Amino acid sequence: MDDSLRELYQDVILDHSKHPRHFGALESATHVDEGYNPLCGDRVKIYLVVDANNRIADIKFEGKGCAISQASASLMTDMLVGRTTDEAERLMGGFLHLVKGDAVSGLDADDKERLDVMAGVSAFPMRVKCATLAWHTMKSALEGAGK
Amino acid sequence: MTAQPKIIQAGFDVEAARADFPILSREVYGKPLVYLDSAASAQKPRQVLDAMRDFASADYANVHRGVHLLSAESTERYEAARETVRKFLNAAHADEIVFTKGGTEAINLVSYSYLAPTIQPGDEIVLSVMEHHSNIVPWNFLRERQGAVLKWVDVRDDGSLDVEAVDAAICAKTTLVAVTHMSNVLGTVTPLKEIVARAHAKDVPVLADGCQGAVHEAVDVQALDVDFYAITGHKLYGPTGIGALYGKRSHLKAMRPFNGGGEMIREVSLECVTYANPPARFEAGTPPIIEAVGLAAAIDYLSAFDRTEIAAHEHDLLAYAREAVRQFNWLRVIGDAPGKGAIISFECEGMHAHDIATILDREGIAVRAGHHCAQPLMERFGVASTTRASFALYNMRAEVDALVQALAKARKILSA
Repeated sequence: MDDSLRELYQDVILDHSKHPRHFGALESATHVDEGYNPLCGDRVKIYLVVDANNRIADIKFEGKGCAISQASASLMTDMLVGRTTDEAERLMGGFLHLVKGDAVSGLDADDKERLDVMAGVSAFPMRVKCATLAWHTMKSALEGAGK
Repeated sequence: MTAQPKIIQAGFDVEAARADFPILSREVYGKPLVYLDSAASAQKPRQVLDAMRDFASADYANVHRGVHLLSAESTERYEAARETVRKFLNAAHADEIVFTKGGTEAINLVSYSYLAPTIQPGDEIVLSVMEHHSNIVPWNFLRERQGAVLKWVDVRDDGSLDVEAVDAAICAKTTLVAVTHMSNVLGTVTPLKEIVARAHAKDVPVLADGCQGAVHEAVDVQALDVDFYAITGHKLYGPTGIGALYGKRSHLKAMRPFNGGGEMIREVSLECVTYANPPARFEAGTPPIIEAVGLAAAIDYLSAFDRTEIAAHEHDLLAYAREAVRQFNWLRVIGDAPGKGAIISFECEGMHAHDIATILDREGIAVRAGHHCAQPLMERFGVASTTRASFALYNMRAEVDALVQALAKARKILSA
């Protein structure tokens, strides 16, 4: 089998897409936004609870779309719980570099390793948008005035 | 691909036709290209590519302008292309053919120049739910800006369009029926002639979106008695950037200009402008001249075949594919209307169309995945997106086999 396909659709990704973590709505959310890719119809809605210390106390997502978009959202929510919003942005910066095939710096080894499961996307330029949708939506939710 | 016993199809020689399309010999990721996305845009035979290059190399100049020889020759070729389109659609007059930049512009022209000047709040436009966005959004402009009402006609569960349902939607407030001749998603061929007859019985004109329809069967606008018929070049094995609107002479003559500019005027003074007669009235600016020559070459190419033999070939591929995918109990075909054209759209349980299309792509197979610019139809069938394979004259059964094998592979990868 094509190695790049195997990397793209590796078990961790398929597992996240079939059994998404933190899936659902969050009534107590302080920040909410919805991302939509009109070209392919992928949808992701991100709910965040940001506490007084700018820490993401809770995060959930709802969505519909391809395996890559949903796995990316699931992985992201898994990684962001308990992080500060600054850390979230730094992780996002690293992730964007990673899926475009650029060098990633400024992330600790554990984070890098967890994000690395999405690195296979870089071999599929048409699919980068699928992978980044959740992250852009999260950022836009944080930048918004709340829900 | 596995070797196939040669299919004997009297008349139509697919191997010979394939040799006309240079792109079909290329490889994708080291595999032979299997191009099953012709409903999005068809590949071009060298006859079209050569005609455009030869024309640009030997005869090209602007049209309807200069007195010099090249301008005269160019004008002759451009108008000859119009005559070719006229014959292709069997329009009564060449001046009923307006060149546009594509099917979308053709429909926008009718919306802007035919309906917009007279439509009143509450007036209705009847559409089917399986229209392409290009046959929805131009009418939505009239809804947004002028209070028109879009009246939707549902399709049956098999994707067919019931002429009685269209008839029932037409009332005293109906200003136009705008309907596809063939669905780009389902392949459904609509009963256009009957629709026109029913609409005309109530004095309502009909526009047909023929962007797919004109590719797969011979069209006779006079026999259909349709008022407007839109086609595009690039799905007809011709170039991008050109299409045409057929409009009955009486309609075109009554219509206001669309774009303003050169070539569409009779006279411009400081005080006023008078406009040229159709079709020039609707062809402002320098038109797509080389593309018109390419479109004519594409029509000539297609017309050199027996169109019924091409249709039979495409239907054979469709039936073969339809049968082959029955082995997958996780695959649901959307649209099984009787007599449908060579398009097969499907959804796969637990697998998203984009993931499928990505895996197919690595096998060299080009399909379309998504909503196909027909979101109301997706909603009607309760799907966010489908995978679509569309067949053209150059496709072969062996390519259907490759598709089926790749789908099995996608299943294996994605349901791991």
